[in-house]
Amino acid sequence: MQKDVSIKITDRLGVTHKVQAPTDMNMNIMEVIRAYELAPEGTVGICGGMAMCASCQCYVLNDVLRTERNPDEEAMLCEAYHVKENSRLGCQIPITEAIDGLEIEIAPEQ
Amino acid sequence: MSHKQMIETDILIIGAGPTGLFAVFEAGLLKLKCHLIDALPQIGGQLSELYPKKPIYDIPGYPEVLAGDLVNNLMEQIKQFQPGFTLAENAETIEKLEDGTFIVITNKGTKHHAKAVAIAGGLGTFEPRKPILKDLDFYEQHDRGIDYFIKDPEKYRGKNVVISGGGDSALDWSIFLSEVAASVTLVHRRNEFRGALDSVEKVQELKDAGKIKLITPAEVIGFKGSERIESVDIQINAARMNIPTDYFIPLFGLTPKLGAIANWGLEIEKNAIKVNNALDYQTNIDGIYAIGDVNIYPGKLKLILCGFHEATLMCQSVYNRINPGKKYVLKYTTVSGVDGFDGTRKEAEKAVVKSID
Repeated sequence: MQKDVSIKITDRLGVTHKVQAPTDMNMNIMEVIRAYELAPEGTVGICGGMAMCASCQCYVLNDVLRTERNPDEEAMLCEAYHVKENSRLGCQIPITEAIDGLEIEIAPEQ
Repeated sequence: MSHKQMIETDILIIGAGPTGLFAVFEAGLLKLKCHLIDALPQIGGQLSELYPKKPIYDIPGYPEVLAGDLVNNLMEQIKQFQPGFTLAENAETIEKLEDGTFIVITNKGTKHHAKAVAIAGGLGTFEPRKPILKDLDFYEQHDRGIDYFIKDPEKYRGKNVVISGGGDSALDWSIFLSEVAASVTLVHRRNEFRGALDSVEKVQELKDAGKIKLITPAEVIGFKGSERIESVDIQINAARMNIPTDYFIPLFGLTPKLGAIANWGLEIEKNAIKVNNALDYQTNIDGIYAIGDVNIYPGKLKLILCGFHEATLMCQSVYNRINPGKKYVLKYTTVSGVDGFDGTRKEAEKAVVKSID
């Protein structure tokens, strides 16, 4: 049995939620946000996770995450709004044991 | 309001994505005519706009199909039912007449009269993502030089065009317009483009041949021109340049919004339209249905294959609504064939009755 990881997600209203995410369901951060309904349906994960819309853009708030933006993600963020140094696309961050304790903030709507 | 003629149909489908297109087929089997409205200039919805060259693996019977091919196949499947299309227009208002029929008017004033309305609006109306630039709202009106969609490529014949963006649509339109326009300049914030490999390679080829001028990493930062656009200002690193142009076409992708449909008095939950999934996917307004990704009900899955099923049941319900009391016997296309409104007939080849010596 793989363990769940704990993630802190600050929604667009500024409220921080501590959520548990499973590591054995091939999920990503965008899907966790939708599963817990931390943003209204239709405002996150619009393209379904293809790194094509930036609706799941998040700011990474601590240094738990060890992966860098992948090329698709980099290209999308280059065209998105509200992009900062610590921007990532939630759909490109898989839920693994390595991201236990990650803290992120959902970026404003595009 | 324009003086365009009223378009008459049985089922008015709002949204020409896969669900809306397949509804035309199921309606056709029941001898019901369909007309589709879509905000985009082409059919296919998300499949054409977001990921035409990406594969889908969960369409029954297709181990793998490219989104764009699925749209072409659907069009091929429904063509004998002669669907009508109002493209590049948004359904704006709806009015229910005393006889239970509906009038839907678009933002361009096109009027549609239908016996039933099926909203197959997917994620909603795709609105262009616009660059944040001064005077944008002035130049984007009345053909003053800024376009977000390429509706009629002929418009750009012999003109100078600056396209901005780094995705498939920026690449594909640059390629296409390089044959039509006097000049095509493609501006992108990075040196890398992301799109189908063949598109990227084709742009490279056209650049080498001098048919496309590529400016990267760069950004359009402003415009000049009194009546309409005469030139754009482009920033490349710390330097600036000014390029004369007739059109500036930013292709930064599209964002979906539920749009005017949100004000039609339909029950909305989580940005989707509530329907009766126990019966026929009808909304709280009798005669208005919602099918595909745009609807919501307990257990809803936003999958194309679910949209196909919902479209089928919707058509049956509309048939009963239009023909009250009339018995309908389910027919299999293998047995009955398909009779098109264009006079064509598809049918199974007759089995041969022949003895074997």
